[in-house]
Amino acid sequence: MSLIKVKIGVVVFPGSNCDHDAHYVSETIMGQDARLIWHKEGSIGNVDIVILPGGFSYGDYLRCGAIARFSPVMKDVVRFANNGGLVIGICNGFQVLTEAGLLPGVLLRNRSLLFACKYLHLRVENADTKFTNQCKKGELLEIPIAHGEGNYYSDSETLKHLEGNNQIVFRYCDRFGKVTDEANPNGSLKNIAGIINGTGNVLGMMPHPERASDPILKHTDGKKIFESMIQNIQSQFQLVESLVAERSI
Amino acid sequence: MFHSKVYVTLKKSILDPQGKAVEQGIHSLGFESVENVRIGKYIEMDVDANSQNEAERITKEISEKLLANLVMESFTSTTERIKE
Repeated sequence: MSLIKVKIGVVVFPGSNCDHDAHYVSETIMGQDARLIWHKEGSIGNVDIVILPGGFSYGDYLRCGAIARFSPVMKDVVRFANNGGLVIGICNGFQVLTEAGLLPGVLLRNRSLLFACKYLHLRVENADTKFTNQCKKGELLEIPIAHGEGNYYSDSETLKHLEGNNQIVFRYCDRFGKVTDEANPNGSLKNIAGIINGTGNVLGMMPHPERASDPILKHTDGKKIFESMIQNIQSQFQLVESLVAERSI
Repeated sequence: MFHSKVYVTLKKSILDPQGKAVEQGIHSLGFESVENVRIGKYIEMDVDANSQNEAERITKEISEKLLANLVMESFTSTTERIKE
């Protein structure tokens, strides 16, 4: 059975700066069909995965992601997400997702007040998602962060809900996999680096998997996130194909 | 025409490291008696409305939906009539 190429749309807001990296990894490294979607487009078109990339949409004016949420394309992104479409928000994309109400909580200023830009380790807390199915639970991924506002916060009830529902997908940890305060780069509650929504189709993460996917950059752990999403879509295609094949026999 | 002023600050329950840093600066300046420094945002705008009530309602809605993120921030606002 031939594998159909997955269609990946990368939204470009004014001020996005990881859009081309995400597009490059999707197309050149992963070999899928990728296209950039300008934020003024009213529709995301026919795509299987939407990426909200990192950057400084609208110059981070007012709050990170606060204005991007009102971009024309976001209405269709919300519709797509509510219909079960895969949406991943990376860094600024994560901030946009919380502002748009697709993910709970908020990203506060780093507790150090400093922009944090470095490689660090993430522990995969939930490998049973559409974004981490190519990882193992407890596996460590080395993926860089680059943000000034990545300090995840939510009220205690929301946090309890996230923990109880297994919605915390990644936590910052040291190189031995220990989740410690020293390994927390920004002050995030419970070292949270990435969360998923209740229906499992929207993920937000502060670290940049697209910056750790090209072998030329040495680190390739980020590829596993792309592989997981692609695997999820392709397995759906295969299921449909096999059903069609069964019928035509 | 009305003029609204909106003040947005981090909720009390949320640590304000920027405020803390400024507080240290104030102490270094010699004002040891100052505490609880919080940094916020100030937004002003003119609102074309038929009544004080309407202008206040519009200001409140904008503040809740855009100017403040109520997960982490709270706001206060004032609205007063200005001459045309």
